[in-house]
Amino acid sequence: MIEIKNLHARIAEDGTEILKGLNLTVRPGEVAAIMGPNGSGKSTLSYVMAGKEDYEVTEGDILFNGESILGMEPDERAAAGLFLAFQYPVEIPGVPTMNFLKAAMNAQRKARGESELTTPDFIKRVKGAAANLGISMDMLKRSLNTGFSGGEKKRAEILQMSLLEPTFCVMDETDSGLDIDALKVVADGVNALRSPERAFLVITHYQRLLEHIVPDTVHVLYKGRIIKTGGKELALQLEEEGYADIIGEAA
Amino acid sequence: MNTRPQLMLTAGETALVDALAAAGSPAAETLRKEIVLRGLPTRRVEAWHYTDLRALMKAFPAQSGKAGNAVAMPELVAAAALDFAGNAFDSACLARLPQGVSGAAAHKPGDLPEGVEIADDMIGKLNRALFAAGVELSVAAGAKVETPIAIAQAVSGGTAQALCHAVTIGADAQVTVIERAGSDGAENHQNSVTHLAIGKGAKVTWLIHQELGTATDRLAQLNISLAEDANLTLLMLNAGGRLVRQEVHIAVNGENASLAIKGVNLIGAGSHTDVTTTLNHAVPNTTATELFRNVVPGAGRGVFQGQIRVAQPAQKTDAQMACNTLLLSDESDFSAKPELEIFADDVVCAHGATVADIEDEHLFYLRARGIPEREARALLVKAFVEEVFEDIGNEPLSEALVGRIETWLDRNG
Repeated sequence: MIEIKNLHARIAEDGTEILKGLNLTVRPGEVAAIMGPNGSGKSTLSYVMAGKEDYEVTEGDILFNGESILGMEPDERAAAGLFLAFQYPVEIPGVPTMNFLKAAMNAQRKARGESELTTPDFIKRVKGAAANLGISMDMLKRSLNTGFSGGEKKRAEILQMSLLEPTFCVMDETDSGLDIDALKVVADGVNALRSPERAFLVITHYQRLLEHIVPDTVHVLYKGRIIKTGGKELALQLEEEGYADIIGEAA
Repeated sequence: MNTRPQLMLTAGETALVDALAAAGSPAAETLRKEIVLRGLPTRRVEAWHYTDLRALMKAFPAQSGKAGNAVAMPELVAAAALDFAGNAFDSACLARLPQGVSGAAAHKPGDLPEGVEIADDMIGKLNRALFAAGVELSVAAGAKVETPIAIAQAVSGGTAQALCHAVTIGADAQVTVIERAGSDGAENHQNSVTHLAIGKGAKVTWLIHQELGTATDRLAQLNISLAEDANLTLLMLNAGGRLVRQEVHIAVNGENASLAIKGVNLIGAGSHTDVTTTLNHAVPNTTATELFRNVVPGAGRGVFQGQIRVAQPAQKTDAQMACNTLLLSDESDFSAKPELEIFADDVVCAHGATVADIEDEHLFYLRARGIPEREARALLVKAFVEEVFEDIGNEPLSEALVGRIETWLDRNG
């Protein structure tokens, strides 16, 4: 599904290299977790995959279903089925959440050559998905993410994910800023979307999230490269022993 | 001996001087002499520093008041419309006035409301010199008027027209008034001055809605006095025009009076749009908020001058002013001049002016959800300005204004 090959990426503004030869493969249906200490390149990886202009890829490639996405605009990547759940969802005053959801869903449908949703069909889908996540219709009338609590913002991200039905979901530190109850709601939302056709890349700092979203594979990212890969037990080992030993091994 | 060299008049000044000579009134003759001697105000005159009238008024139509083709002006909400046929007020319109409102044709320009002072009042001078017609309206004390009243100025076919209206709102009355201005693509000139006196405890929603042709100049002024406990919501939507200056001068004369100004300026290519406001707080315990959002998609220029004066007795004044602008091209330009003159010591006054492009983070978020760049930009520009009219307490009017903004942005954005 996703093949990242020898990926090198730097910050466009100052040329600082963040990803230094990253290799990673995620298969359909797989939940892959990426863990790593601060500054290892976790968020950079998610932004590079989504196509943020602040980063430049200098070497390597990202293949999505066998095709390179590096030449694609962020909206083209989204329409192709890639979704980034933001660590810090952006507040956009003046854009009602419902209008945004409709614009996003219809833009993706249009890009795929499908017809636009009728309003009743759209409302029905939103109501169903929102109810599962404990999101009120009142919240959806408000401006996008504006004044939402940390938990509400993350639930809104999962709502978008379930409505847009991507095939590959990158979740950038979705657990940050969440209390345990909010974490469970978010994890349940993600687990409900797991399917043989859909893969997840769950980026996190802590093992806590992985108790609720149980990964198939765990990868340790350090200084812009994957330095160790294992099963879910690797997350537990990291939680107990910290990163020092693994970093020492790889060095 | 006076050795002052004779001023070389610009083409616009020459045409104006001719129009003043043709008007022939004493006020026109006085102004004609002043302009021959000194010309129109330039950037050296403080009130006109960002809008150099001498340089910007490129023409002045010789014919006055004769309407060319009818101008289609969008009606935002159903209203009792007052129109002008040629240079005369169409008195038949008075029959449309709702209960509680009386009206008559104005035969001379009215006087400034109590407490309103205007520095370098060229708009007022032009209005008094070229006055053609106007309407005098009076809302009875205690009247709760449901139907909005619309005063319309439409000029077309390369004509000039100066209107002056006087509106008096009785104590505890409630009313909505819409001032509409429209024009066609010819080189037109509109001058409009309205005097509004709001009585004790009255509640007024006033909308200035201007959608002008790209060769129309419009100089307009709204002068307001607020009595005790009076409440004013002043909404403004300016779109189009070549040289547009809208002045608002408000004297807050009564304690516990409050006002909110919310305006959107859509400044197209080739347009110079200037909104100049002065608030004069004369007594204690009054509040005012001003919010302007401006969009300049191309080679247009915007100006906002906002002055707040708080006199020494006006303790506990709370006045907030904000002016935010989106410049969407390298050729867009906006100048904001907030000005506070505070002589009281126990007041809360603040102003903020920002000029920016669309935020990259906002754009990326929308694009990451599959919305193409062009569409995402349009969504963000709309959101930026439409927010102004979100909570105006009048849903149909709010929706209608948003509709006009979207129509304009689709054409010009």
